[in-house]
Amino acid sequence: MNPVPDYDPLVFGETALRLRTYRQQILGSNLANAETPGFRAKDVNFAAALREQLEGQAYGSRLPLAVTTSGHMPSSTYRPGMPTQLFRTSAQPSMDGNTVDLDIERSHFAENVTKTEAQMRFLAGAFRSRVNAMTPDGR
Amino acid sequence: MSLISSLHVASTALHAQSLRLNTIASNLANADSTVDTYGNAYRAKNVVFRTVPMENMGADGVEVMSIRESDVPFRKVYEPGHPKADESGFVSYSNVNAVEEMVNMISASRSYQMNLEAMNSARELLQRSLDILGT
Repeated sequence: MNPVPDYDPLVFGETALRLRTYRQQILGSNLANAETPGFRAKDVNFAAALREQLEGQAYGSRLPLAVTTSGHMPSSTYRPGMPTQLFRTSAQPSMDGNTVDLDIERSHFAENVTKTEAQMRFLAGAFRSRVNAMTPDGR
Repeated sequence: MSLISSLHVASTALHAQSLRLNTIASNLANADSTVDTYGNAYRAKNVVFRTVPMENMGADGVEVMSIRESDVPFRKVYEPGHPKADESGFVSYSNVNAVEEMVNMISASRSYQMNLEAMNSARELLQRSLDILGT
């Protein structure tokens, strides 16, 4: 069984939402360029990117900045850059080199919209439970 | 913010596709134009798209790189009584292929609709994000 790491729900929510909106933007670019000659459809590996970002934040950078003088700032706020964009392999590439398959893109797009919305609700729930905990008498 | 740039990407696509629709409308309108006084008839115009990177890293918009004129020969019809007929009785009409233009028009309007939907989704998600801290 995979032990689920215990992340702060706010950190997790923020990271996941950031990656979701980033993916939204990439999928939107694919739709916009559905008829551009030579354009290659792109996507990110969401699970890998999320793990990488969370571990980068939780355990510090894999390449931390060296602090050798008192004036140097530590890299505790290090955030790995946005995830690598991967090219989608196309089953039916067109003559002009465009690899956007609209059916695939639209289903990924719909999936990502739904999951972004779900993530926003989870994040809102995390905030709400914190606010409730701070309110006397549970009001 | 990525969602805002999703909106921008969709708007570049709407702009490009509406320009494409404009050229198609112009082609269809001139499908039966004959030669002008210089002997040139209307030539079908086609847009050429190209990817344009957005200010936000990772997003790619689209723009119309150029509008090319088709170099297909003019359509010649034998109409000896026509005032524009040449000495052998042929009239040159524009090289617009109406069927091609109709297919292009369907494709452009589908693309327009799809990007409008993408824009709507991004707008709804942005609206939702305002509720994260709400009650």
